[in-house]
Amino acid sequence: MLASISRRAILAIYAVIIIVPLTVVAFGSFKTTQELFAGPFSLPHSLAPDNFAEVVGGQNLGSSFMNSVIVTAVSVPLTLFLASLAGYAVARLKGFMSWAIFGFLVLGMAIPAQANMVPLYVLFGRLGLLDNLAGLILANVVSTLPIAVFILGGFMRTLPKELYEASSIDGSGPWKTYASIALPLSAPSIAAAAIFLFVIHWNELLYPLLFIQTPGNRTLPLALLSFQGEFQTNYPLLFAGVILASLPVVVAYVFLQRYFVAGITAGASKG
Amino acid sequence: MSLHPGTAAKRKAPDSQHADNPAKVRRRSPTRVNPALYLFPLPAVAVVAFFLVMPTLQAFQYAITDWNGFSAAFNYVGLDNFIRAFTKDSLFTNALTNNLKFVLLVVIAQTAFSLVLALLLTKNSRGSILLRALFFFPTILSSVSVAFIWKFIYDPNFGLANSVLGAVGIDGGSYLGNDAQALYWVAVTQVWFHAGQMMVVYIAGLQAIPRELYEAAEMDGANKWQQFKSITWPFVAPATSIVVAYTTVQSFKAFDLILGIAGNPPKAALDILSTRIYSTFANSEFGYAAAQSIIFMAMIALVTWLQRRLLRLTPKGD
Repeated sequence: MLASISRRAILAIYAVIIIVPLTVVAFGSFKTTQELFAGPFSLPHSLAPDNFAEVVGGQNLGSSFMNSVIVTAVSVPLTLFLASLAGYAVARLKGFMSWAIFGFLVLGMAIPAQANMVPLYVLFGRLGLLDNLAGLILANVVSTLPIAVFILGGFMRTLPKELYEASSIDGSGPWKTYASIALPLSAPSIAAAAIFLFVIHWNELLYPLLFIQTPGNRTLPLALLSFQGEFQTNYPLLFAGVILASLPVVVAYVFLQRYFVAGITAGASKG
Repeated sequence: MSLHPGTAAKRKAPDSQHADNPAKVRRRSPTRVNPALYLFPLPAVAVVAFFLVMPTLQAFQYAITDWNGFSAAFNYVGLDNFIRAFTKDSLFTNALTNNLKFVLLVVIAQTAFSLVLALLLTKNSRGSILLRALFFFPTILSSVSVAFIWKFIYDPNFGLANSVLGAVGIDGGSYLGNDAQALYWVAVTQVWFHAGQMMVVYIAGLQAIPRELYEAAEMDGANKWQQFKSITWPFVAPATSIVVAYTTVQSFKAFDLILGIAGNPPKAALDILSTRIYSTFANSEFGYAAAQSIIFMAMIALVTWLQRRLLRLTPKGD
């Protein structure tokens, strides 16, 4: 009895600690500063999207949003493509080579992005990849390829080898077997990896901070960060930015929750 | 839910050992490997080699120079950068101390709290599933968003925490403004951010424990605490090692959260290794920043190794 009451109490309190701040942010994004400070929990007086208009138009968050869309829309499929090719080879090759390729690619997970940022910055400078979206896309692909190979290669290895062999006995080359057998059968793990990459790439801050100079080339997290200094206590404006930056991920979470949990947890085991 | 890749990989280990046994492999599949297969991993291998492995090796090379990132001339300075970091640079040792403290706080708090949540939500009832989805939710937000939300909670004048405390007649604190406490408050934010993610790892581990064990223990008259100590805890050990290792790396790299909540550059009380490396880099001290990166990498490796040792020793002592 007592155990059941304290169980409910802990769960209820933590639910409140999560729900209340999120509600305050959602309501607050429609308020003026005075209104927010006077009553942070109250419903907004009006639903006029003044703050959103200000951040999208006045503060150029609209163009940052588009930049984030472009970077994520290219880097997620590109990472998946390269990782699935490698994962497929790892699943079909045998013995030492399979092990060596997988080990080499996955070892990169142990390298934190902050550890090689100086040489990467220099290298990207030489290749003309600073201050443009192509550089951000490449950096995203590089930094998440190891974990993507880990997830996809790990899954493709568990598919029965007979499937691949049957396909090649039927006269299909490796490419056809990849496209018509390996990819469709790996759909669940590709979906999980895609969600994981989507969250990471969409929220990526370090590389834009390192590489981007021109305000017009900023992605959302960097644009948000630059709000920090400008609008110290203009919380409604910050909140409108937070909502805008979170919206795509939140919408995806509502519909694809299962894959989120599987993907982000698969990513967690990388430690 | 197949949410437990760690153990899945371990369980598969014996099979792959079989495949590695050359005698067996040759006998079972006389068909040769199509050489075209070697082309498939090539793009990934090239990208990783050129943009990940090479820059990491170069960091070691930069670390023994005084290069400023721009001029063509630089000197090799041996281990001077490393000596400077540990003996002459109070900013760096401050960031190192903060970082270790932060990691320790978050690892203990997040591991314990996510296990508690998982224990309370192990059963697949409707309510549990709903609450899991809610508790997991903060994980998907960007660090900068989470930082802004908590900046408002902690705001000493208008913030949520002090409004709530004020309503019940308690004087609030200044939270991030108080240098002695600031790091602890950011640790609270970090736990709020990721406890739900680690809870999911634990739930997968808990659901794999056979129910009969508890039934047998109950028949033997074991109380709840005894059941936890001798069944639950040993069985979730693999999940614990995943949670601890991941939380360690995650809190070592809390770069985005710190910059979002404390500004760029953060004040000394909230400076951690990754933000310090970035500041050194932004200050055009490329050689010195590279040396700091290497210390950073070594610290993560050292702490992870120590934890593995500690966690492996625990079950033996039981």
